[in-house]
Amino acid sequence: MSAKKEELRIGFYVCHCGHNIAAMVDCAVVARYVETLPGVALSRDYKYMCSDPGQELIQQDIREHRLNRVVVASCSPLLHEHTFRGAVEAGGLNPFYFHMVNIREHDSWVHTDRGEATEKAKALARAAIQRVAHHKALEIKKVEIHPDVLVVGGGIAGIHAAMTLANAGKKVYLVEREPSIGGHMAKFDKTFPTLDCAACILTPKMSEVGSHPNITLWTYSEVTKVDGFVGNYTVQVKRKARYVNEDLCTGCQDCISHCVFKEPKFADDFNEGLGKRKPIFIPFPQATPQAVLIDPEVCLNFKRNKNPDGSPVVGDKCKKTCVEACGEKHAIDFTQKDTLQEVKVGSIIVCTGFKTYDAGRSPAYGYGNYKNVYTALEVERLVNASGPTGGEVILREGKNADGSPKTPKSIGIIHCVGSRDKKTNLWCSRVCCMYSMKLAHLLREHTGAEMYNFYIDMRTPGKGYEEFYNKLLEEGTHFIRGRVGEVTDWAMTPEEEGRLVIRVEDTLAGVVRRIPVDMVVLATGLEPQADAGEVRRLFNMSCGGDGWFLERHPKLAPVSTFTDGVFLAGCCQGPKDIPDTVAQAGAAAAEALVLIDKGYIEQEPNTAHILEDECSGCKSCIPLCPYTAILFDEGRKKAYINEALCKGCGTCVGSCPSASIVQNLFDDQEIFSEIEGVLAYD
Amino acid sequence: MTKEWTPRIVAFFCNWCTYTAADLAGVSRLKYASNVRVIRLMCSGRVDPQFVLEALAKGADGVLIGGCHPGDCHYVEGNYKMLRRFELLKRLLADMGIEERRVRLEWISAAEGEKVKTVINEMTEQIKKLGPLGMPQKFETWDKEIEHLAVEVQARDAAQGPCPTRAAQLKPMEAVHA
Ligand SMILES: Cc1cc2nc3c(=O)[nH]c(=O)nc-3n(C[C@H](O)[C@H](O)[C@H](O)COP(=O)(O)OP(=O)(O)OC[C@H]3O[C@@H](n4cnc5c(N)ncnc54)[C@H](O)[C@@H]3O)c2cc1C
Ligand code: FES
Repeated sequence: MSAKKEELRIGFYVCHCGHNIAAMVDCAVVARYVETLPGVALSRDYKYMCSDPGQELIQQDIREHRLNRVVVASCSPLLHEHTFRGAVEAGGLNPFYFHMVNIREHDSWVHTDRGEATEKAKALARAAIQRVAHHKALEIKKVEIHPDVLVVGGGIAGIHAAMTLANAGKKVYLVEREPSIGGHMAKFDKTFPTLDCAACILTPKMSEVGSHPNITLWTYSEVTKVDGFVGNYTVQVKRKARYVNEDLCTGCQDCISHCVFKEPKFADDFNEGLGKRKPIFIPFPQATPQAVLIDPEVCLNFKRNKNPDGSPVVGDKCKKTCVEACGEKHAIDFTQKDTLQEVKVGSIIVCTGFKTYDAGRSPAYGYGNYKNVYTALEVERLVNASGPTGGEVILREGKNADGSPKTPKSIGIIHCVGSRDKKTNLWCSRVCCMYSMKLAHLLREHTGAEMYNFYIDMRTPGKGYEEFYNKLLEEGTHFIRGRVGEVTDWAMTPEEEGRLVIRVEDTLAGVVRRIPVDMVVLATGLEPQADAGEVRRLFNMSCGGDGWFLERHPKLAPVSTFTDGVFLAGCCQGPKDIPDTVAQAGAAAAEALVLIDKGYIEQEPNTAHILEDECSGCKSCIPLCPYTAILFDEGRKKAYINEALCKGCGTCVGSCPSASIVQNLFDDQEIFSEIEGVLAYD
Repeated sequence: MTKEWTPRIVAFFCNWCTYTAADLAGVSRLKYASNVRVIRLMCSGRVDPQFVLEALAKGADGVLIGGCHPGDCHYVEGNYKMLRRFELLKRLLADMGIEERRVRLEWISAAEGEKVKTVINEMTEQIKKLGPLGMPQKFETWDKEIEHLAVEVQARDAAQGPCPTRAAQLKPMEAVHA
């Protein structure tokens, strides 16, 4: 407690980090310089400070040299502050009598002149030495973790994360935007490289999610607000009206067959618009939950105008044969409204997935212009036994002589559409080569067509992937290396007449080729969701420059975000296949379990408090606090801070006109001495 | 000072975006000028205008403040609060005759390592053009002049009694401001 009056005995350590620092900063010079500074009892340079011997060195020195402050100059505090605080504590000192200097990320790695880099290291070290003198002993606060978890997005990532947690006995809220869970995987017929049936591996998991006692499944719902912080989030979820009571609907679908629309008439999103549905529908046979919904935009019982609250006006025009068919169950409810529900959770796993590149953005490939140009997702539905054609691959355009729909005799698949291109997306979408080969195999199996795959580079890094490529080669699929220039219907030979011609420079043969086909498939790449920006803000995450959600550390914290208690899994973090997605989802669930099972988190004690004697009662700090942590004592005319609510941003501190607010770890004195320290070089 | 002058810039970076971006610049091995010394704060909202003034007074030729993009602050809107203060600060600096361009506020997200590099290089170049601010030296000369003045006034007082007119006192002060 009497640390103030105690003689300062600072221990300073500069880390070589192998060559990482030592190559650009003369560590011995820095150590010798710091030794001369007031208050420094000991100054050393050492090869690896974060290693066990490095940490032991600190502990030993604290004991033997009666150190009462420690400064380490090494990598970023975001990486190892925690490590060194631990060492300092193990040495018998309060862990906050420590300060860290970043001379790797902010110095040796970014500069090219050894002299300059060494000068900078000296200045930064000096600042820390001056700063640490003002450090105080602080206590870590423990905050309880609410044991429930929110999982956002019900693709394979969300499903796997939710199941893992639920099986561990934790309560999970799974919020999915669409009327059913399943995500992209639910649309596939087979999955590479094993070609196992997607539905067979996915649908059992989906129904388990639907019936698991620990999972509250909210489909057709979206998170609208998130308040709080790790351990204690309050989440608001909007549940959109489906005009069918999910608990009463048994999924018998009698209502659908009895709808006044005898034939399905409206474009069916799940089938990529290749099929049709009625106003009352179920997205696909294995949808979870097994509950129908009504599209008020086209249902005759709704008027086209809206109530003031935005809900559609219920009319009286339709015979409501659906209601009749539903009978006793009374599941259909035209008066249903969107509802808001609030839940409390301790952690959140974001699994919002991806969207595919809009093929229309590459006009040279003719999507939207030529009917027989398809996206890969459309073809996934076409080859799917439960798809719009029952698995028959028939062309959109062209009929056989007998008037029956035509099947393609030759098909071209163009890889990397929208990917690996400066004009669109720079990244490799990682799954397109593989799914293009999967589709080549399936299309050939379904039609016997001649298959041409146009690739830039073949990318098959995964277990069994190269083998799959070999299999395709053996099957006789033609692989042509080159970025396709265009798809055209302009025939130059009788053979090309009435077909699509793929024009490409075959870079292996060194010739420009024209390959006539009946069907073109565009392997569109993966992109961040259109609303990734809003979702990111909602959960206080960051995005990389490419728009994918940013992990806390690309190697060491791949499923964490910069917000404690918010984790990531699946394609929302970047393109990946199903095995990687599932692995990540398991990892994210494990991270959430760590929090829950520990039961509490330790909070950085960087909160603010008010020096009552100094406070003038001006109240200017009160509206600045986003957490309403600052209150006013009307009797004494003084402000005070509820430290349990304070998150330690320091905004109030920076704006107090009488300098009467103090932030632990970022106290004015500490920062002023740091400023002086960084400038005191010659 | 024998060495060639190069700018001294103090930077205040928020922990969540800009500091992390600077770490990323490091991890990506981007190369930039070594003139900036970064001080880490939890949020740009913590930047007290006094920090900036103190840095300039203690010898900085420029000050850079880095925070999260609007809407991205880890603490909701600390960066907006900073922005308001920053506008006032700039007026204050202008009144003090300090070029506006010596103090810069930038929103740099955790992913923008490139931007850290560009901003630091740009700012270094800009301040090179402006030349040294030299507040500590100015303070020294001002102190000396004031001291000198005090001695002069004392001498005059001793010779002819208390100061006769205000004008006589003001003259040397104007010289200070010129
Ligand atoms: C044509 C094609 C074929 C493929 N074939 C294969 C294959 O054979 N084998 C393989 O391993 N991989 C394949 N992939 C890759 C595979 O699709 C992905 O690895 C997998 O779907 C990723 O799962 P996910 O849960 O991360 O994302 P998604 O499947 O995209 O699921 C995300 C879910 O989150 C929901 N959601 C989004 N935003 C919100 C929100 N704000 N609120 C609530 N919910 C939201 C979505 O509605 C969706 O249900 C293929 C990809 C494509 C494009
Ligand atoms: S945390 Fe970056 S500006 Fe507030």
